[in-house]
Amino acid sequence: MQQTSRRRPFPIHVLVFLAPAILLYTVFMVFPLINSLRLSFFEIGSQNQMSFNGIQNYIKLFTDSNFAPFFWRALKNNFIFFAVHMLVQNPIGLLLAALLAEGGKLRNFFRTVIFMPTVLSVVIIGFIWQLILNPLWGVAESMLKAIHLGYLFGPWLGKPETALITVSLISVWQFVGIPMILFYAALIGIPEELTEAARVDGATGWDTFWRVKFPIILPTVGIVGILTFVGNFNAFDLIYTMKGANAGPDFATDIMGTFFYRTFFGQQLQLGNPTMGATVAAMMFLIILTGVFLYMFLWARRVQTYEL
Amino acid sequence: MKSTPLYRLQQVLGKSIPILILTIYSLIALFPIAMVLINSFKAKKAIFGAPFELPDSATFSLIGYQTVTSRAAFPTYFLNSSIVTFTALVLTLLIGAMAAFALSEYDFPGNAMTALYLSMGIMIPIRLGTVGILRLMVSLRLVNTLTGLILVYVAQALPLTIFILSQFMRQVPKDLKDAARIDGASEYRIFGMVLPLVRPALGAIGIFTMIPIWNDLWFPLILAPSSKTATVTLGVQQFLGQFVSDWNAVLSSLTLAMIPILILYIVFSRQMIGSITAGAVK
Repeated sequence: MQQTSRRRPFPIHVLVFLAPAILLYTVFMVFPLINSLRLSFFEIGSQNQMSFNGIQNYIKLFTDSNFAPFFWRALKNNFIFFAVHMLVQNPIGLLLAALLAEGGKLRNFFRTVIFMPTVLSVVIIGFIWQLILNPLWGVAESMLKAIHLGYLFGPWLGKPETALITVSLISVWQFVGIPMILFYAALIGIPEELTEAARVDGATGWDTFWRVKFPIILPTVGIVGILTFVGNFNAFDLIYTMKGANAGPDFATDIMGTFFYRTFFGQQLQLGNPTMGATVAAMMFLIILTGVFLYMFLWARRVQTYEL
Repeated sequence: MKSTPLYRLQQVLGKSIPILILTIYSLIALFPIAMVLINSFKAKKAIFGAPFELPDSATFSLIGYQTVTSRAAFPTYFLNSSIVTFTALVLTLLIGAMAAFALSEYDFPGNAMTALYLSMGIMIPIRLGTVGILRLMVSLRLVNTLTGLILVYVAQALPLTIFILSQFMRQVPKDLKDAARIDGASEYRIFGMVLPLVRPALGAIGIFTMIPIWNDLWFPLILAPSSKTATVTLGVQQFLGQFVSDWNAVLSSLTLAMIPILILYIVFSRQMIGSITAGAVK
């Protein structure tokens, strides 16, 4: 027992506990990510050899007629996709959470049912909605007719003007459970004394919500926002399932994820290009990182967290 | 004041409007799923003729399920998904718990840096490294193997698992561990002692790790697209691509793919949702 000396050697059991996690995480996540970023500065020659070509890939992505129009469209579409989630999914999630937090016997039932689509695979959800919206089956049309809105029905998924909004809303329908449950958890954490005090002062439920509860759950609003952002700029499955890798009609539903997949693996007329794929992924990385930093430094630091 | 009709009307409305909204939204959430489930048990004529009706003796048919079981390798897909999900889950929980224990229990040089390094992966989606992952898998000869998928899923799930578990492990009373140390227990024994104490957290993380792995399309599509290694999600996606016009087959395969997750969800939904909301009412 020579452990009496002040400077003990690095304890071996700590290494044993940490090594597997650090190893797996480094080899299968950190290293490939860094390697992808590195590859975005290379080009693959005809003999499959790699050569460094600086920022040529980025210049190509922003200016070449084979890439630039697709890139900018995918970026724009992705922002629309994100905007629909922020404007529809998160407010509905907040509304449902506020109603659930009021209590009532059926609360658990509603919670379970509304969260249900969230646990299903995006592939399943995509196909289900393709069937529901299919004019051949006519289910959506009969539903609309039943509430005298039949004239609104159209081939929403097939028309370039409506396809992107339609897939965005399907994604909202599936994932509304996540903001709902996060807001709900934050709302039921507010001590009763606070809302009780407001009620005694004669505030209505509406006032209590916006003046007392909402400021308290602002940190959760930020978390929901950044989770939505990261999730949306990483989305792929739904559009690939419903509209294929070409994100039709006429690339109307193309977002960064589908653009990345096509660039990497190619499509009918174009061969895949791993280093250009890496360049697209690097741009996605940059966008997501920017979002995370904006959240951390502009939102999370300024929003007051109330110690309850 | 309190018994005026207006006040009572407000009371009634205040109680019933929330229920009404929640009911309507629940119908919106359930309706598309129910339509697929119901119609998968009907003959083609009834699917189109009376889509909203439950199957009866005249319209009941299992033709879709027959097509699916004869044409698609569903048992293989289920087996693959189960192996990948289960192995990745066990590895994530074990390896994640070990790292979380080290970070929360010992004050070693570089602790804070290690924690920061590991938590960077929480916000950065692993998909962005796909080009690098595919190259790595090619050089390790792990393309079209379930092992490749498992390794990626474990790496992806570790950051959040470690982050959450180390917070739970910090709450385990120190006296307990110190008493064991005085009795001469090794650090590995103490880890084995702490693990059951964070069981609720392990359960919750387990469920939330499982669902995205089971549902993932991206990595099966890119790393293991062969018919032998296809998971349920990929298998269904490819099967549906070929049988788009066979409505019976489409509806039945969707139902088959949904059922296991729905059952799991209905059984565990209380624990699942409870685990998120538990943090709020500490």
